[in-house]
Amino acid sequence: MGATPEVAVIDDLIRQRLDELLPAKIEEKLKEIQESKTPSMAIIATKGTLDWAYPPFILASTAAALGWDVSIFFTFYGLNLVKKDVSDLKVSPLGNPGMPMKMPFGPDWFKGINWNIPNIVQAGIPGFESVATTLMQQTIKNNGVASIAELRELSREAGVKFIVCQMTVELFGFSQEDFVDDMEYVGAASFLPVAQTADVCLFI
Amino acid sequence: MNFDKELDARGLNCPLPILRAKKALAEMTSGQVLRIIATDPGSVKDFQAFAKQTGNELLSSAENNKEFEFYIKRK
Repeated sequence: MGATPEVAVIDDLIRQRLDELLPAKIEEKLKEIQESKTPSMAIIATKGTLDWAYPPFILASTAAALGWDVSIFFTFYGLNLVKKDVSDLKVSPLGNPGMPMKMPFGPDWFKGINWNIPNIVQAGIPGFESVATTLMQQTIKNNGVASIAELRELSREAGVKFIVCQMTVELFGFSQEDFVDDMEYVGAASFLPVAQTADVCLFI
Repeated sequence: MNFDKELDARGLNCPLPILRAKKALAEMTSGQVLRIIATDPGSVKDFQAFAKQTGNELLSSAENNKEFEFYIKRK
């Protein structure tokens, strides 16, 4: 059934008018939806060294301060970050050519030197890791950077959800008593839906 | 400028000034003003972003002698 010429003209006019009005309307609606939605972030924390403990907790605590909903899924070596005591986290310069080796004490010219010690030498010196860890802890302190324990506490206070991968807890022979309280022990199937709806999802 | 509470964030580095400010604001009432002094150069942009995201108003942001001074009005 064909439209009469008059109807076709009206249809054309409506189409034209809608093309003019819709983009602005859609933009306005989208903005409204975006502004009313609480942003969310899901982090997967997989590293267990002192240096790599920072990114998840810095981002989580800051996002929570901005009013975001935040969850961290701790798995594999990331489990080290939820142990009751995190003061024994270590940093290894071994196999990490990106890490500057600088001294946290002495005059400025001395602190500025980058001690370019070959990896193979580092590997052969007993206790090198402990020395590097001590130096890094001192550098962190000197720079007014928070400790991991402090950032973790601030994250928890701000309502960051801690989710733990149950499989890796068993795999590495941990028990729930080794970790801080009030965490959820789940599998991948429980975490993925959280990640799915998050605006920001990071694998660290 | 008048303020109701002061936060000394000198010597603190990212993200501590923001986290401390958030905590301080949480203990204040709507319309009260928080004064923050910081030495972290990154805090200038960070407090702008913080204000924009949280709806607390950044009344002023100034630098003098390598110190940064912010006034934030609680939402």
